[in-house]
Amino acid sequence: MATYSTNEFKQGLKVMIENDPCSIIENEFVKPGKGQAFNRVKMRNLKTGRVLEKTYKSGESIEGADVIDLELQYLYNDGEMWHFMDQNSYEQYAAEETAVADAKQWIKGEEMCLVTLWNNVPLSVAAPNFVVLQVTETDPGLKGDTAQGGSKPATLETGAVVKVPLFVENEDLLKIDTRIGEYVSRAKE
Amino acid sequence: MASDNSWQPSAHLNIIRNRAKLLQDIRAFMDVRGVIEVDTPILSHYAISDPYIQSLTTSYAAEKNSTLYLHTSPEFCMKRLLAAGSGAIYQFAHVFRNEESGRQHNTEFTMLEWYRPEFDYHQLMNEVNELLVHIGLKKADKLTYAELFQRVVQLNPHTVDINQLQALCQQAGWDTVTDDRHALLDFVFSEIVIKQRKNNSTPLIVYDYPECMSALSTLKAGNPVVSERFELFINGMEIANGFNELTDADEQLQRFENDLGARKKKGLTTPPVDKNFIDALKSGLPECAGVAMGIERLLMVLFEIDKINEVTTFSLERN
Repeated sequence: MATYSTNEFKQGLKVMIENDPCSIIENEFVKPGKGQAFNRVKMRNLKTGRVLEKTYKSGESIEGADVIDLELQYLYNDGEMWHFMDQNSYEQYAAEETAVADAKQWIKGEEMCLVTLWNNVPLSVAAPNFVVLQVTETDPGLKGDTAQGGSKPATLETGAVVKVPLFVENEDLLKIDTRIGEYVSRAKE
Repeated sequence: MASDNSWQPSAHLNIIRNRAKLLQDIRAFMDVRGVIEVDTPILSHYAISDPYIQSLTTSYAAEKNSTLYLHTSPEFCMKRLLAAGSGAIYQFAHVFRNEESGRQHNTEFTMLEWYRPEFDYHQLMNEVNELLVHIGLKKADKLTYAELFQRVVQLNPHTVDINQLQALCQQAGWDTVTDDRHALLDFVFSEIVIKQRKNNSTPLIVYDYPECMSALSTLKAGNPVVSERFELFINGMEIANGFNELTDADEQLQRFENDLGARKKKGLTTPPVDKNFIDALKSGLPECAGVAMGIERLLMVLFEIDKINEVTTFSLERN
């Protein structure tokens, strides 16, 4: 894998830090006076999501991480692994549960997901920003109550539970914003 | 990078107008004091040998085999003028530094540099303070490098053990520490000592730097030996750097050679030493003090702007 010198550092560059792939969030060139210059780098550990700050002497190099983002279609879950396919190459990728930790409650099959691969293995999977899912279980809707006010939990076909307005009924299709895990509206489909 | 509006200035027009006003104010300040404006060339056959400063290079058709360097500071030419008897001089110079770009750094920037024969660096610090007040800023507090260092990290920078420095650097996020004392001190100073003043708009002049940070300044005998140099910081950002100018040609040549040795060791280019500058020192540079001040940085402070691009008419990405 290539190495990158501090003058190639930029937002989004993927590098290896303590054996974990990290993505650079912010790179600041620091030279407070005469003498040695430094790069103060903020990055996100792509495995843990933690943000860390490191400083390098300008001109130092660090190892790059073989990390790419691909738009892949979710196929199925075999009970252990989640399977995705590249629709251009038909190549398939299997993701472990840790990689789909948050996404798995929003996907049921055929969705296009942004999959981050590290050394060709899925590291993290992001569900589409919006998904449409059917309600499988919720308390009966209250007649005539279509206005705002009040909410109740609803279980969706993927098993996810979201807060919904009182008028939502079983078998309704709901549009969900997966980034915040919230109900957006009822959907026709 | 090439967005649709990249033809537009990266600085607000208001800043561009205020920059003109700032330059006028500074010219008036210099004029009253009998300091003469000069304009020296950007291109040279020679360059600075400082291992921490990299020059941009170019070439031209008439001299096929030679490299030309864009000056990183107008220092050499201005000192040649001083040696020729110019008296007090100042200049607004566009200067160039390779590999320097960031929130507070542009590859090309404007430097106000002035020299005062018969001044020592303390007198020049006072004049810097007068200039600050003249352009609407507060007078600077003054602390020696050792006082400031001691105050923040409770260590004496001149005597602190290298292991202790390394430990401090590692704690502050530098995993790959070196055993280069100068770099370690720079790191602690940058990332701990000065960083602490990030939101402090009271100007601070730091003076009497460790001997290893001398560059082109004189040394003050004593224990420890210190470099007769000062820097001005506002909001934790370096605004100016000044010193008692070294007038000893042999000592200067020796420092250049040490620097070139250090450059070679780091695998950097070794530009030719400016023999005209050394000859000027030999013929006699008057005892003097000089200081360089970043104009864009001053504008950032005056107008509370965070990014140097926003006080530059066209940042490099737009040109």
